[in-house]
Amino acid sequence: MTRHVIIGAGQAGLQIAESLRKEGFTGEIVLFGDEASAPYQRPPLSKKYLLGEVTADRLLFRAPDHYSRLSVDLRLSTRVTAIDPAAHTLSLSDGTHLAWDRLALTTGARVRKLELPGAEDSRVHVLRGVDDAESLRRGLEQAARVVVIGGGFIGLEVAAIARKLGREVTVVEAQSRVLPRVVAPLVSAFFHELHSSHGVHILLDQQVATLTPTADALIVETGDGTRIPADLVVVGIGVLPNTELAEAAGLACEAGILVDEFARTSHPAIVAAGDCTRHRNLLFAAPHRLESVQNAVDQAKVAAATMLDAPVPYAQVPWFWSDQYEVKLQMVGISAGHDSLVVRGVPGPDGFSVFYWSGDRVIAVDSINKPAEHMAARRLIAAGGKCAREHLADTTIDLKTLIQ
Amino acid sequence: MPKVTFIDLEGKSHQCDIANGLSVMEGAIAGGVPGILAICGGSCACSTCHAYVDDAWADKVGGPNEIEDATLDLANDRRAHSRLTCQITMQSEFDGLVIHVAKND
Repeated sequence: MTRHVIIGAGQAGLQIAESLRKEGFTGEIVLFGDEASAPYQRPPLSKKYLLGEVTADRLLFRAPDHYSRLSVDLRLSTRVTAIDPAAHTLSLSDGTHLAWDRLALTTGARVRKLELPGAEDSRVHVLRGVDDAESLRRGLEQAARVVVIGGGFIGLEVAAIARKLGREVTVVEAQSRVLPRVVAPLVSAFFHELHSSHGVHILLDQQVATLTPTADALIVETGDGTRIPADLVVVGIGVLPNTELAEAAGLACEAGILVDEFARTSHPAIVAAGDCTRHRNLLFAAPHRLESVQNAVDQAKVAAATMLDAPVPYAQVPWFWSDQYEVKLQMVGISAGHDSLVVRGVPGPDGFSVFYWSGDRVIAVDSINKPAEHMAARRLIAAGGKCAREHLADTTIDLKTLIQ
Repeated sequence: MPKVTFIDLEGKSHQCDIANGLSVMEGAIAGGVPGILAICGGSCACSTCHAYVDDAWADKVGGPNEIEDATLDLANDRRAHSRLTCQITMQSEFDGLVIHVAKND
């Protein structure tokens, strides 16, 4: 019987398994996960889970018997140690081997570590998996003073939760504004003010220099000598794609497993999808890597189609969201390379949207508490981004009517 | 525990016990109801838990709020009683609720 194997039981891996079945594949499917849990949702880990509003069993994507009903052989707590592309086999941590016809890599990403003395202290946390989240949740129960290193999405979401729990929170960001890589300065300013108004101290342009344990605290010292005592430190300084297996197998990698618009790696029988890939999307000129639910799911569908020799190119509009306090940020498109902005509405509690233009097209839109504008923007970007710029800032005109 | 009956796209019924406070989507996932995908995990961001509230229950369950209404615009074949099941919170009064699964992909 034909056997398709998926390495990585996150959102992309699960989606490939389900898409293979949906498209009629009747052969064997083996899905390997190195964590103990069946596939689960990660986005709530920095939101509701951390707040204690949902428990781990409510994070599971599917009921436990889903995998047997779908005839998916889900092998948890199992690490694939090597792939032999020429022989179409792989090796497992228990020393056994498994043959495959098509292979999918959905190995995800891992957190970047702070390379500093003191970073191994038990009060220093990261957030990626449910075990990290549980450890952080317990830590937050005890901690009065929390220092968040990194003002990206994870850092700010954790800061918001820690404030909701009544903790004293300081965010240390190395760049000159929060969310520096992904949003326009005015959106950064909005989130800076949002967190400040909720009592978060934000330090910008500050590298963490040392972490020093004392009798009753871990002292976070920044480059300019500022010393912040912490009971708990959260490091959110980005992720690194898990490319080791692919690299060792000789697959082309470059800050991600390189795949084309059909999710094909440099080996014709191996696909890859999700956070681990640097990929082509036909909507964009240059390949990129994305850490998002949207990319995991949509690229996984492409990968599954390729595995079944019915290739469909990847041409989906990226979208993303972040929840902080009562604010929902929804993003669509990729704003990198924009040359101008149009702001619709006034940055503030009533919400607004920022349109990122490149030439005569909108390439991305960030909407803050404007779900209807976000949905219209998804259509706009999918349709190529042409719209009546001169009326875009006029909130009396329905956005839908401006899309050409 | 309140019960909800889901009718899937093939017309098959699935009865699920859903504790008060959980979303109808969570009950469907736990009960293995085909067609309720919920790829965003209930964050009202994707519309893949779209379903139709049975006519007899529509008034009792009510309509979507602003965020859900906007998100429903993404759904396939939106109708008068369309809801995102992640946004319907189970309560005792909904015991016996009938939900028709929409085409989600």
